[in-house]
Amino acid sequence: MTRQLSVKKNACSSETHQPQNVERLVRMATLVAITTVFLGACATPQNIDYMAFKSSSPTSMLILPPVNDSPDIKATPGVMATATLPLAEAGYYVLPVSLAEETFKQNGMTTPTDIHQLATTKLREIFGADAAVYIRVKEYGTQYLVFGSDTRVTVEARIVDLRNGQQIWAGSATASSTEGNSNNDGIVGMLVKAVVNQIVNTVTDASYKYAGIANQRLLGAPIKNGILYGPRSPNYQKD
Amino acid sequence: MMGLARVRLGFVAALLGLAISGCANKPAPLYQWEGYQRQVYEYMVGDGTTPAEQLTTLQTLAEKARAGDAALPPGFRAHVGLLHLKLGQNEDARRAFEAEKASFPESSQYMEFLLKRMKGEQS
Repeated sequence: MTRQLSVKKNACSSETHQPQNVERLVRMATLVAITTVFLGACATPQNIDYMAFKSSSPTSMLILPPVNDSPDIKATPGVMATATLPLAEAGYYVLPVSLAEETFKQNGMTTPTDIHQLATTKLREIFGADAAVYIRVKEYGTQYLVFGSDTRVTVEARIVDLRNGQQIWAGSATASSTEGNSNNDGIVGMLVKAVVNQIVNTVTDASYKYAGIANQRLLGAPIKNGILYGPRSPNYQKD
Repeated sequence: MMGLARVRLGFVAALLGLAISGCANKPAPLYQWEGYQRQVYEYMVGDGTTPAEQLTTLQTLAEKARAGDAALPPGFRAHVGLLHLKLGQNEDARRAFEAEKASFPESSQYMEFLLKRMKGEQS
């Protein structure tokens, strides 16, 4: 009687033990996976060709007024005002964007499209920058959806060496208010959030905030396939 | 059983440590950015605060940076110079462009271009 019972007990415990071990293994694997993602985010694998960038080795960058493909007229100032930070923190001297725009205006150049057509030799002569950053705003603004809104900024950039006219880098990036927004709140919760989001996003000029995030992803360092560090960074030539 | 738990804890700690140290080479910001980009944006959009108000804000930010021994970002002084120009304070503008040049020699050519233009307008 007691023997039978103990056998039963054993069988039972081994049945519950096995799934526990599997669960533990799965949890461990998840942890390893998460850690790998963390590490991956910090590293900068160099998949694109940096030959031209390295031989150009610019010290200063001139951000040209961005060409705007979106319907929002604030896209050009929004992206232009927030492009300096990532480049400067990456170690480059960035020419003052407001003054550069003024100089273009005084020379009869008012549209970004015209400015992007200017000869690189002319830009080099006036501004003395080693490279120019040609930005195109693909998306800028808030779209209203049934459940919520999406404030989204998408930018593309090319960096051109002004001493020889050669393109040394190109990339693109997006930032959106929907990132990390969970949809686990149920229909009513989503509706409430939608109203709040619409008010908040329009009143506070939300696109400007996402312009800053998109620019950081586009022109910051270290970023996968992003720009290399400049001479004013302690990480210069370590990438 | 206790030993196993301890080993597991050690493993988790090691992984976390690895993840954190992987990001540890992220340096402190080179410059103090607080409020500056917003002022540049306001200037370029031009439908909010006046250049005089923007100048006051930037001067406050500059003092704050000085007090905290933080470096002003590239273009900060030059942008201040532009606001002085807008307000007809040419001598202050000239000093601001000189200050940009002194802080960032990379700006020399453009600052010289601006200073020469100002001289041309005066004579």
